[in-house]
Amino acid sequence: MTPLDYDFLRGFLKTRSGLVLSNDKQYLIESRLMPIVRKNGMASITELVQKLKMPGQEPLASAVTEAMTTNESFFFRDKTPFDHFKEHMLPALMKARATKRHIRIWCAAASTGQEPYSLAMILKEMGAAVAGWRFEIIGTDLSGEVLERAKAGVYTQFEVQRGLPIQMLLKYFQQNGDQWTISQEIRSMVHYRTLNLLNDFSALGQFDIIYCRNVLIYFDQPTKIDVLNRSAKLLAPDGYLLLGAAETVVGLTEAFKPVTERRGLYVPGGKPAVAAPGAAAASKLFAYAGSRPG
Amino acid sequence: MKTCLVVDDSSVIRKVARRILEGLGFQIEEAEDGQKALEFCYETMPTAILLDWNMPVMDGYEFLRELRKLPGGQAPKVVFCTTENDVAHIARAMHAGANEYIMKPFDKDIVEAKFAEVGLI
Repeated sequence: MTPLDYDFLRGFLKTRSGLVLSNDKQYLIESRLMPIVRKNGMASITELVQKLKMPGQEPLASAVTEAMTTNESFFFRDKTPFDHFKEHMLPALMKARATKRHIRIWCAAASTGQEPYSLAMILKEMGAAVAGWRFEIIGTDLSGEVLERAKAGVYTQFEVQRGLPIQMLLKYFQQNGDQWTISQEIRSMVHYRTLNLLNDFSALGQFDIIYCRNVLIYFDQPTKIDVLNRSAKLLAPDGYLLLGAAETVVGLTEAFKPVTERRGLYVPGGKPAVAAPGAAAASKLFAYAGSRPG
Repeated sequence: MKTCLVVDDSSVIRKVARRILEGLGFQIEEAEDGQKALEFCYETMPTAILLDWNMPVMDGYEFLRELRKLPGGQAPKVVFCTTENDVAHIARAMHAGANEYIMKPFDKDIVEAKFAEVGLI
């Protein structure tokens, strides 16, 4: 891969998915894109780049974007965001929504489904305590391919052993050799939709809880600010936002403020979200990209 | 310091497990079958036991049942670590008093996740 190829791919990925690569991630590009190069009978990344520059290459462009943004996910990843759900958010929201009995949750980077399914299993475990309540869990991701995996709910032996308690494996999964399929009862609690966070997502409606973990880290500052501010507009005034362990709103927006003693948990900041200075630039970049990925 | 007894008839597995668990802050003891493990537990109860199923002399399942009958034998957290990966085996182990269950092959992430799950780290 020539330096020019690398620069092209960096710009291409930034525009399509918001993914920001530092100037030393050649190995990452090679390990993720070589399978596509081979699958399409090409000789090199250089040839792939030439193809991407030609018009009418949308399927290839989508495949490249998805390969670079697909990330590993675990059940109950990092544990604390799920403790917050059980111990803090649910009790507060169930008190506040006692009449409506309806709670909407958005997993904004649902990947292969482990995060939304972890939430669904927690709700299932609560049994009678949540009887009569309606929980809507929406999982979105840039990649249509990972969402297909999420919908199928089939996981490898490795995947079901990282973070998933063995009792839950026995209770909510069916075994097929080395593969484990999550039960229909859990799958039916989650709905999936392909979505690029760089696009307008206001049509998703209002949410009580937004899990947006380990995705902002791939964006540059103006994009982070833009995504956070647009998320704030979708969140109920007494709702919650969860970010990944390496992410924060501090220094980016006042639309959210951190909850003390609850790492990764944020509530609306009481100030209206203002458009970030870079937001216009981000949407302009996207307009240039043309068609929607996925 | 927390002690973990690694019970497996394969010295390679014991070595791999030792390296991972030492990295997680455990002092490691080893036993090559259930009988030797039980003898160790008569003397001192470890904090944790990483337990293979299929071993000569006494297998892991039999060891677990004997362990849980001993005075103080309820205390150690027992994590099975075996190639037996079917629901029937897992359910049997949990019923006999195992705390968690690892299906081989395993890596550091899995051991860490399972030990965290039962409150060992």
